[in-house]
Amino acid sequence: MTVHTFTSWGNILRKPHESASLVSRYADFPAVPALSSLLPYGNGRSYGDSCLNIGAGLMPTRALDRFMAFDAETGIVTCESGILLDEMFRIIMPAGWFVPVTPGTRFVTLGGAIANDVHGKNHHAVGTIGRHLMRFELLRSDGRRLTCSPSENPDLFGATIGGLGLTGVITWAQLQLRPISGPLMSVETIRFANLDEFLRLQAESDSDFEYTVAWVDCLGTGSQLGRGWFERANHSPTPAAWPAEPSKGLNVPFAPPFSLVNGASLRLFNTLYYHRPRPRHADRWFESYFYPLDSIGNWNRLYGPRGLYQYQCVIPDEAGRDGTAALLNAISRSGQGSFLAVLKAFGDLDSPGMLSFPRKGLTLALDFPNRGQSLERLFAELDAVVRDTGGRLYPAKDGRMPPELFRDGFPRWREFTQYIDPRCSSSFWRRVMDGA
Amino acid sequence: MKKILVMGAGSAIAEAAARVFAQRGDALFLVGRKADVLESLCADLRVRGAKAVGMHVMDANDFGGHEAMLNVAESSLGGLDTVVIAHGTLSDQKACEASVGETLRELNTNGVSVVALLTQVAARFEQRKAGTIVVISSVAGDRGRQSNYVYGSAKALVTAFTSGLRQRLYPLGVSVITIKPGFVDTPMTAAFPKGALWAKPQQIANGIVSAVDRGSATVLYLPSFWRLIMFIIRSIPESIFRRLKL
Repeated sequence: MTVHTFTSWGNILRKPHESASLVSRYADFPAVPALSSLLPYGNGRSYGDSCLNIGAGLMPTRALDRFMAFDAETGIVTCESGILLDEMFRIIMPAGWFVPVTPGTRFVTLGGAIANDVHGKNHHAVGTIGRHLMRFELLRSDGRRLTCSPSENPDLFGATIGGLGLTGVITWAQLQLRPISGPLMSVETIRFANLDEFLRLQAESDSDFEYTVAWVDCLGTGSQLGRGWFERANHSPTPAAWPAEPSKGLNVPFAPPFSLVNGASLRLFNTLYYHRPRPRHADRWFESYFYPLDSIGNWNRLYGPRGLYQYQCVIPDEAGRDGTAALLNAISRSGQGSFLAVLKAFGDLDSPGMLSFPRKGLTLALDFPNRGQSLERLFAELDAVVRDTGGRLYPAKDGRMPPELFRDGFPRWREFTQYIDPRCSSSFWRRVMDGA
Repeated sequence: MKKILVMGAGSAIAEAAARVFAQRGDALFLVGRKADVLESLCADLRVRGAKAVGMHVMDANDFGGHEAMLNVAESSLGGLDTVVIAHGTLSDQKACEASVGETLRELNTNGVSVVALLTQVAARFEQRKAGTIVVISSVAGDRGRQSNYVYGSAKALVTAFTSGLRQRLYPLGVSVITIKPGFVDTPMTAAFPKGALWAKPQQIANGIVSAVDRGSATVLYLPSFWRLIMFIIRSIPESIFRRLKL
């Protein structure tokens, strides 16, 4: 084992870990020193500490990036777990297929997508990625290799989907893809003045649009509380040619000495973004639609050396509107807005994942520069809203939620613990189990 | 469409190059020691678009098996126009110092087996007056250093041999390309701390593929800044070099 420094996307924790790569899908589970543990580590795109195991070890999985089979007739792809969605796209998209569910970055590994049971802008239509998994192989520290599917080892199937890497390491997975006509997205963009207008747009768009999402100006107050842009989209039937080379975007080469995201830049950006005129209909390249931030490599560095927190919660349906208004009010009062707050309505499609995050309701996601104490005071206010409405926070984005909030939000955690691999652990898990 | 034999197909550099060839629709024949690794490579390259993929399990030190392997490759691919020789092991210098057997084994794996295979490939391509041979040597072969001179001397053999072979075959239209990678971040070097000089296998692979496309019979340092580094290292007078801890 060697020691390497690992971080997560929020750049708040940057710590040395013992590192024991899984070099192929045939390799044994790496030896774990006594009293230590290992956590599978994909591409490190979780924001907080759910992909870290400080004081112990990580098991990088990016070397597992081979395809095993792809049937262009049925759209069933089988591949190793360390492959990035971005790498998968270059093969499946020219053949007319797309992943059924994608998060907001294409630089996640398939294994990471499963371990966090990711959702996308089409959650109301198709649910999380766990619903589209046909099977995967789980390698446990005792050497067992278990094929898990809804019918085979269904308990471990459910525990591993959204299981944060704690149940062992996924070596490969099989996924049912969805057909597309081409790489273009047919997008409609509509400005809305407040939260109620958003809810009206959401209700009228639910059935005709596979993808819906809203960008909210979280510095708006009073009658403008919750103003923003609503985007609804479907895959475009218009075919388009593929570029020979993947496009190279901008890159942030290093972190500036202080956060470029601050009160002044936020106010300016949000105001301009809200007032910018935009065409109502447009055919957009899939990358610019699904992954606007991926076009700026290492955009997290803009938040400076202290890094950023993301806060993503879901407020259950009954309390969705008022709960979301309370969150936006608190953020607006604090003046610590986020560049873009993302607001999205989740549907009621259940995931097989035991610790899956989405549930029917409204989900709000915001990025905050790490300002220490004053930010934690705001988070405590937001936590209170989430707790009072019976909501929950997304572990993939979290680096600080109180343990009780996790355990109240994910009541199946107790059942989950029996499936944890005895040699797997994470910083996140030890934190939220504190006092349990 | 090229018909490409990859010797040491399980190596990270070879795999990265094979993926580029596969994506362009070339036909590939993979040779390596482990059947399960070769099978998974074949499946992957097929998905990535290879026109055809074949495989053959062989240890490079099985010199007697080289000819049979080449015959299988040619019949499987329906010909052969490009050979990529990428097999090797990163020798444990300390173990070699303590064992003649270990030293000879490393010299065989990284040097003599390459020469044996090249001799047969060269004969075939010379007859046809066509073909491209890519051999992965190393900057380590440019000057022996105490930290890895067994590996380095095997690579020095490869570098000198391919240099002569290039002269011999150049007039016939057969390109011999010697690749000298610097530090590459692969499973072979997983235990080393990585600094700014380290390259990804993909960078080396891209250099290999474009050299094959140009058919340039030459020596390539990859990344190219290694040409300067090695020029400096070769220029250090022995009276100073012998005191260095390189």
